[in-house]
Amino acid sequence: MIALTAREFHLFQAAGRDFLYLVPSAAIFALDAPSAAVIRTISERKRAEEAVVAALADRFDAATIRAAIRELLDVRAIGHEHEPAPEARTSRLLPMMPFPLSTMVLNVTNQCNLACTYCYEYGEDKIVDTEHGRQSKFMSERTAHESVEFLLRESGRIAHLTFFGGETLLNFSVLKSTMAYARRRAAEEGKEIDFSLTTNATLLKPEIIDFLAENHVGVTVSIDGPRELQNKFRVFHNGAGSYDIVAPRIKELLRVHRTRPIGARVTLTSETLDIRRIYRHLTEEIGFWEVGFAPVTTSSNQPYAIGEHGFERLLDQFRALAYEFLEQVAVNRHHGFSNVKDTLEEIHKGVSKAYPCGAGLGLLGVSTDGDVALCHRFAGSDAHRLGDVRSGIDRAAQAAFLERHHIDEKTDCSRCWARPLCSGGCYHEAHVRYGATTRPNLHYCEWIRGWTDTCLRIYGELSERNPQFLERFDRDEAKAEAVL
Amino acid sequence: MTHLKPINRKAGRIVEATADQKKDVVALQQGPPQQPQPHFPLGCSLVFSPGWEADSNGGTAGLCQPVERDIFDCHVGCFWPAQVPDQLNHAPDWTAKCASAQKDWRKLDLVFPG
Repeated sequence: MIALTAREFHLFQAAGRDFLYLVPSAAIFALDAPSAAVIRTISERKRAEEAVVAALADRFDAATIRAAIRELLDVRAIGHEHEPAPEARTSRLLPMMPFPLSTMVLNVTNQCNLACTYCYEYGEDKIVDTEHGRQSKFMSERTAHESVEFLLRESGRIAHLTFFGGETLLNFSVLKSTMAYARRRAAEEGKEIDFSLTTNATLLKPEIIDFLAENHVGVTVSIDGPRELQNKFRVFHNGAGSYDIVAPRIKELLRVHRTRPIGARVTLTSETLDIRRIYRHLTEEIGFWEVGFAPVTTSSNQPYAIGEHGFERLLDQFRALAYEFLEQVAVNRHHGFSNVKDTLEEIHKGVSKAYPCGAGLGLLGVSTDGDVALCHRFAGSDAHRLGDVRSGIDRAAQAAFLERHHIDEKTDCSRCWARPLCSGGCYHEAHVRYGATTRPNLHYCEWIRGWTDTCLRIYGELSERNPQFLERFDRDEAKAEAVL
Repeated sequence: MTHLKPINRKAGRIVEATADQKKDVVALQQGPPQQPQPHFPLGCSLVFSPGWEADSNGGTAGLCQPVERDIFDCHVGCFWPAQVPDQLNHAPDWTAKCASAQKDWRKLDLVFPG
């Protein structure tokens, strides 16, 4: 007798029923009682079809069980023992080249008027010497224009240009002229271009705010929450906290700039782990539309690094806020916890990643003197260079990078059910923690699995309670926002 | 599918793909079709099949369709009483003199294995 055996999946419950998240296809099926019983029986241990029928004979008739087995075989949730998993037989596929560039992150300066103590760019874990290194401190107009040409050469019909730093607005004059130049050149090339930037908000003057609003520039503000949390790490060079400087400027930005949703981006540390309080403050008191959280990137010996217990607390808090999101969205009210929304979108589309993010593929960072890097976090690093804006992408270096960083190279990930969404995690995080971008981020595996499970449950709940919300992900992102 | 309900977009695509696989080969004697089958236009001059009697290596192992497909073709299209030449490998010019099938079908000659 040929035994039936379980393939890779994650079983989860939501809205009172069982769901199956299949790996690596990332498909989600809701199970009825017979198929759930079959999958549990086969998960306990492998059995022949007859044995499964016998084991469940008191609950379901044989024909029903056989039909459920057939369907589970069809979607590859289970398989025949003697056949290797179909994925194991396929050789790994590298992306087709040349891969179109969709987002270019332009580091218009590597200088900052804040001195946030946890910053990856200037702290102990920094990759590039921005003080004495060979990189210029500010990007010249000429390099910025060359970067625009590079983006328009490498992009498809739609190109995204993101300005970054250092503190982006320290080089506002170049930013402004570059946008005008990019708009003109994109129109000549028949392409669409849009703009966004990240700022610490210290330099948001009324004329800058007007400019951002008039030009539909997407704005992300780095801010850590209420005064005492913001001032813990986000300080000026003299050590003074930045809250009282940035809060009124952000409120003015949110009042005037209504053409794009404005989001806050919070860096979490072991000393500022109070997500619900931060969320409340940033949405209700400051007025942000969306808030996204990310744990600080640091080596584990820093006192503010989030340790194992910290990740447990982080997960509890993320979960609580995610369920708040669920209750709001289930009745068609907006909730701005962007981490959960972003993950739901990936779940909805069935994303199964060979690479954790678009770095080195659809996203590239450009340093102040025009070097092209994996992403903005590696901009200016010689070891992570992928060409420069004048001579273009170094295709050999890019191919070698993609070859070495494919999920199939990460043995630790090969048995993890969360790999379609995680794919080993951030290259920069791995570089800082383990000294190599190729390493999977094993320090937060439990947290990733816990968070992915939470998002799957919320997805399952919403599929029952408000499927129309999920269908919005089928339309384009901006329109989905407009519906809420 | 009756026991599994596809929830996200990827699941929907998997259901489509498995349904397509099941439609791949259709037996001739299956009773009335359960769902609309691919439609063949009937009539001698409307359909010309390239033939599948041999693959690029001269065997039948690498065919994109099973050899029985030819018999099915004769049955459904009812236009040719036997195998048609393989225009991909052995008789590429078989229809060269037949610009319009309705007018020139007599110019389609027999092909003998060479």
